[in-house]
Amino acid sequence: MTLSTIDLTLPYKTRVQDALSNKHLRVALERSTGRMAGQRAAAMAAIDEQTLRDQVRQMKEHVLRNLPDLLEQLERNVTANGGHVHWAKEGVDLQRILVDIARKANVQKVVKAKSMVTEEVHLNQALQNAGMTVVETDLGEYIIQLAGEPPSHIVAPVLHRRVEDISDIFQRELDMPPTLDPQVICSVARGILRKEFLSADMGVSGCNFAIAETGTCCIVTNEGNGRMSSTLPRVYVVVMGIEKLAPTIEDAFLQYQALCRSSTGQQCSVYLSMTSGPRQLGDTDGPEEFHLVLLDNGRVDMLAKGYGEALCCIRCGACLNVCPVYREIGGHAYGSTYSGPIGAVISPSIHLEVTDVNKLPYASTLCGACREACPVKIDLPRMLLELRRDVVEEHDAPLFDRAAMQGFSQMMQSRFRYETAGKLGSLGSNIFASMSGGNIKFMPGPLAAWTNSRDFPPLAKRSFRELWHERQRQRQSIGKEMKK
Amino acid sequence: MAPKKQFDTPPKRIALFVTCMVDMIYPEVGLATVELLERHGVEVLFPAEQTCCGQPAFNAGFWDEAQPLARRFIDIFEPLVRRGQVDAVVAPSGSCTTMTSHFYALLLAEDPGYRARAEFLAAATFELTEFLVDVLGVEEVGARFEGKLAYHASCHLLRELGIDRQPRALLSRVEAAEFVELNGAEECCGFGGLFAIKNGDISTAMGQRKTHNIAKSDADAVALCDVSCMAHINGLLSREGQRCRAVHIAQVLTNQVDVAPRPRQTQAAPPPPPRRWQDDKANAS
Repeated sequence: MTLSTIDLTLPYKTRVQDALSNKHLRVALERSTGRMAGQRAAAMAAIDEQTLRDQVRQMKEHVLRNLPDLLEQLERNVTANGGHVHWAKEGVDLQRILVDIARKANVQKVVKAKSMVTEEVHLNQALQNAGMTVVETDLGEYIIQLAGEPPSHIVAPVLHRRVEDISDIFQRELDMPPTLDPQVICSVARGILRKEFLSADMGVSGCNFAIAETGTCCIVTNEGNGRMSSTLPRVYVVVMGIEKLAPTIEDAFLQYQALCRSSTGQQCSVYLSMTSGPRQLGDTDGPEEFHLVLLDNGRVDMLAKGYGEALCCIRCGACLNVCPVYREIGGHAYGSTYSGPIGAVISPSIHLEVTDVNKLPYASTLCGACREACPVKIDLPRMLLELRRDVVEEHDAPLFDRAAMQGFSQMMQSRFRYETAGKLGSLGSNIFASMSGGNIKFMPGPLAAWTNSRDFPPLAKRSFRELWHERQRQRQSIGKEMKK
Repeated sequence: MAPKKQFDTPPKRIALFVTCMVDMIYPEVGLATVELLERHGVEVLFPAEQTCCGQPAFNAGFWDEAQPLARRFIDIFEPLVRRGQVDAVVAPSGSCTTMTSHFYALLLAEDPGYRARAEFLAAATFELTEFLVDVLGVEEVGARFEGKLAYHASCHLLRELGIDRQPRALLSRVEAAEFVELNGAEECCGFGGLFAIKNGDISTAMGQRKTHNIAKSDADAVALCDVSCMAHINGLLSREGQRCRAVHIAQVLTNQVDVAPRPRQTQAAPPPPPRRWQDDKANAS
């Protein structure tokens, strides 16, 4: 059995080690991230990318500036359409609201379309604790639910698994005959899920964007499971983070365009399901009851703390696909519902319980590939820098780092100390290097993290400044001789 | 960022911001930089008070420790430009140029006086290849390199400063060199300052991807514009026993790169890829 139990509560270092030593994970990451990044680049290159990004960014900034008004406008319109709107301050509030809705409607079985915001608050666990059956219906989510794993990517939750692993899971959990044919594997899931849709009492989905002016909740999917979750069961509940708003229909389609191209490289998704309320008189289908639950869970605090720019995020996952760190370690190593660069930025701010959350802002080389790919131009490297400053100011940085940086700063503030340290360093490192053929192969303490895998050059025997001054002296003496 | 300083007449004199890594570890890169500039009629001044721009502390979140270094840097270089003693500041590093000309504004956001001086200085601060190509209008420097030459685009240089065309233009004019494009040339090498220590294993994995691509390119040397990436890439190449080396572009442009001789057999098999790329072929198809 190739399956490994994934424990997000392990320390950051262990999670990273586990990821780096997992050969199958590395194959899965290699296969998927590059392909998704390539598809995004092609889809964006086909249009006027900069204009689209500017427009979406402007729209999202407008939303954040007018958030209270727009949310109330959305509430008014959803209510006018016959739906119910609930406000959940924290994750536990959302759990309670959902359980209440389900109990009142006498719900036994819940089908769910893919939703990161419900992962964020561990909704499945809460509903199951209340005695309900919860079935994930997005294929990727269904697979990881069978395997008992959290999603590892915002858009592609099972990106960490190869087709071989998925086949194993299906054979073990569903008695599927051995096969590596994706179509056969899909059809097994399809057959099971179809029955679940027809027997479910309640559908739950997230919300890619809600249109304030019409009170319409939109979900963007490719499998049709979103459409069935939102139309077949008696009760349909949409859970959305308060920032997932578009003021007008035009704005919604702007965001839709950016989302499809950036996430999967599609011009448009296979399905776009828009729900404006429960079934109306004369409608042939649709839910009898419609609820919209708005979740804060730390988002307002993010605005207050100066990290509001991250709320422009439309959860396309483009920054994950291009991130060289994500490509090496995958999503679970981040230990949070949200991984990759955007996860490293929002996980410390959103109310999530993440082990070693303060290590996440450091899980980046600040290479800037994420900012380049982001359809809303979020300056992720700058926010990571500011989060690192927060970690230091909150005295959460390791003592060694603090001592090293204070020493470094003192040394660099004086030419004398700098030059003296340089001379001593040159002497010491050259003795050290001469013992191992010119390069330093071993360094003590935390610096061993470098030399475990890489050589380090010794300091120069004579620094640039020494050579420069010697050169100047020579020139002056030549000049004097010429005058003679 | 403020628009770059424009020059009506070619700049005569610059202050060299040599960077602490070049000063202490790679002085030959500093000398090559001076030679390139002087050869094109630019007088070089070296303010010897300079130490480090403070980037390591800033990147690690220790802004209180980085701020005195930023102010110190501004106090050394800004008066030279303001009084007209030099026309510009030039550094042989994309990363250190980014620090002083982009991130000082963020680091000193709450210090309006120094922030304004930082922005004034930023407009007159240039990375070496940017200065050669955009300001001096030089692409052909009379360099010669016999062998295969590749280029690694350092992250800050490429994505913060937007410099890519300039080093490539300079390299394309190097006589006798066969230019080979590196797979993923614009991908990070995994250095990232303290990242290389704090996340040593991830950093190594990223670097191995880079050296794997270097091996596949069959280059004799990989030119780049930052000695920090150079130290990282060479640290891996040397540990892996590869013959290719990363070299600073100034060394290439002043003919200071010796190519290690190729192994005897003409059809040398490339080293086998690390196990985790065993899937590469399946990927490519």
